[in-house]
Amino acid sequence: MSKDLDRKVLTIFDSPVNRRRVRWILFGVCLLLLVLDFFVPKHGEFYWKKAPNFFAGYGFISCVSLIFIAKLLRKILKRDEGYYD
Amino acid sequence: MINSIPPAAIFIVGALFIPLLKGKLKSAYMLFLPILAFLNLFFTPEGIHWFFDFLGYQIILGRVDKLSIPFGYIFIVITFIAILYALQVKDDVQHMAGFFYAGSALGITFVGDFFSLFVFWEILAIASTFLIWSRRTPTSLQAGFRYILIHILGGLFLLAGIIIYVHNTGSIEFAHVGLEGGLSSYLILIGFALNAAIPPFHPWLVDAYPEATVTGAVFLSAFTTKSAVYILARTFAGAEVLIWCGAFMTVMPIFYALLENDIRRVLSYSLISQGGFMVTGIGIGTTLALNGTVSHAFCCIMYQALLFMSVGSVLYRTGKIKCTDLGGLYKTMPLSALFCIIGALSISAFPLFNGFVSKSMIVSAAAHENWPLPVIWFLLKLASAGVVFHAGIKVPYFTFFGEDSGLRTKEPPLNMLLAMAIASFLCIYLGLFPGLLYDILPYPVDYVPYTGDHVMAQLQLLIFGALAFTLMILSGVYPAELRAMNLDTDWFYRKGARAFLWILNNPMSRIGAVFSRVFFETIPGALSWLTKNPIEAALIVGDTILFIVLKITGFGQAAEVKERLLKQKAHYPSPLRYWQASKAISWVIVFLSFFLLMFYIWLIGNFGGQTGSGRLL
Repeated sequence: MSKDLDRKVLTIFDSPVNRRRVRWILFGVCLLLLVLDFFVPKHGEFYWKKAPNFFAGYGFISCVSLIFIAKLLRKILKRDEGYYD
Repeated sequence: MINSIPPAAIFIVGALFIPLLKGKLKSAYMLFLPILAFLNLFFTPEGIHWFFDFLGYQIILGRVDKLSIPFGYIFIVITFIAILYALQVKDDVQHMAGFFYAGSALGITFVGDFFSLFVFWEILAIASTFLIWSRRTPTSLQAGFRYILIHILGGLFLLAGIIIYVHNTGSIEFAHVGLEGGLSSYLILIGFALNAAIPPFHPWLVDAYPEATVTGAVFLSAFTTKSAVYILARTFAGAEVLIWCGAFMTVMPIFYALLENDIRRVLSYSLISQGGFMVTGIGIGTTLALNGTVSHAFCCIMYQALLFMSVGSVLYRTGKIKCTDLGGLYKTMPLSALFCIIGALSISAFPLFNGFVSKSMIVSAAAHENWPLPVIWFLLKLASAGVVFHAGIKVPYFTFFGEDSGLRTKEPPLNMLLAMAIASFLCIYLGLFPGLLYDILPYPVDYVPYTGDHVMAQLQLLIFGALAFTLMILSGVYPAELRAMNLDTDWFYRKGARAFLWILNNPMSRIGAVFSRVFFETIPGALSWLTKNPIEAALIVGDTILFIVLKITGFGQAAEVKERLLKQKAHYPSPLRYWQASKAISWVIVFLSFFLLMFYIWLIGNFGGQTGSGRLL
């Protein structure tokens, strides 16, 4: 049974080469977006929305700050799994 | 309308026949019910249907209008998908509870008066509780009890609000309430906000949904919060407080979702966060915002169900649902992984997926220059970026990729895969062709989601969020998944209930013990001691007081008194030992003579003046 299952197993992300490839694709897409942003016509309600690559910066910074705030909150809020038992 | 029946009735009455059927017939019947409901709704024209008078009030079971129709359709569609997903379950209680639950949500959607709203509201709470209890574990039993208690409390707020409202307005019509009505409005709002999981009334959701059965959680993710969103849109559109509540509601759960270990709890927090967008839209209250709210509810039901189904199939096959136990499952469950990724892309509002065409409407509605909307806009964008983390990447990554847990299993049964496939198809189809959705929205739509700057802005937001995730995982900054839980506002009632019981058990019961000792032991004991020989007892008490006074004032003879006291106490009780019969009899004579004298005085006082003392005496 286990042999049978093993044969069907996908292992494409096991190899470090493939993992690295995925990462490089991501970095490439990021770079591409940064460049393409200059060619997209913009209109909008807020002037800051028209700043080049505003959303790239906002997305990155907000995600990083969310993580750091979450790590701080963990110090206050974390309890054992059986806290209410 | 003669040909159609109330949509709620199809599910609620239809559910009663489920236990009578068996095997394939039962499966076919359960799949047929939503199809019947769909056709029924399709052929029901807009207007007021199925109304009658009850105690002088008009009960309306079918208000079919532009706002209720989209909710009606999505509730029916998701019932079909959830039932298809649940076909392998051999537990009629769950199937019936599912249909009662879906039926009451449809009831809430189409009622036009507060009385029937309240009835369906309570059926909704009770039916959904059975989906939690059906897991039949001690934790789900407890979570189910907490869930039903909280919902009964919310229902009481609503009922109190409705009673005051009906008393003030004289009408039970269920229409725009607004915050102008004072107390009744606030009570009604609290009742609705509890079901919509607006913080701080949200912890019931993350407490109960992850304890439900694999298939029950799919139902739960769809109906309670979204029917509350529908009701808020109908009754509180444009209430500014909801803008702030909604914006807070989108951001706050992100932190919890980031730290949470249980995948279905992560999804529950993301469900609240998504609901925050809808609540904000209701608060903004413009036609674009309300259209966005309805379409986002429509899409959210679909991708949340898809996400709950894909992680549910992992729970179904492995029995595990914690990030720390899972990982690498794409190897043996590639289709489930694919469906999970589709759900994750939809919830992240990736272009070409349904979340994009609906969420962007709400965010665009917030993009006006009036205070406080720019602040709200920033918060909504923050939440849009954060969702990539907690639902878009975290859920598929830690479940299906990440560090290999060594678990080797297989795909779930065909019906579960099929249900996920249908939901995935709809997520992508609506993302590609939003016109189908836009056509059934309450207001005419002139919104174009796919413009160059919308797509570019969203792609940058999401991809750079993903970049942040990758860099933080690589650098080890990303907080590790831990076997732990995080405090939420349910602390106040979970610990509060214990504190209440502790107060009852400790200080209160001690006070009770003191009372019973004083009244049942000390005072009766003293009295019985006193009655053994009252005179000697009086002497002892007198000597005790004398001794204390002498001791305090420092005058002499204290030692003498003490000695006497000790002697007296030693023989006590010495019942009437020194008493002779003659002494006693002479006392009796003294008392009797005294009473006789009193009697004469009384006689003279009363009758002497009228009759003359000589005649009587």
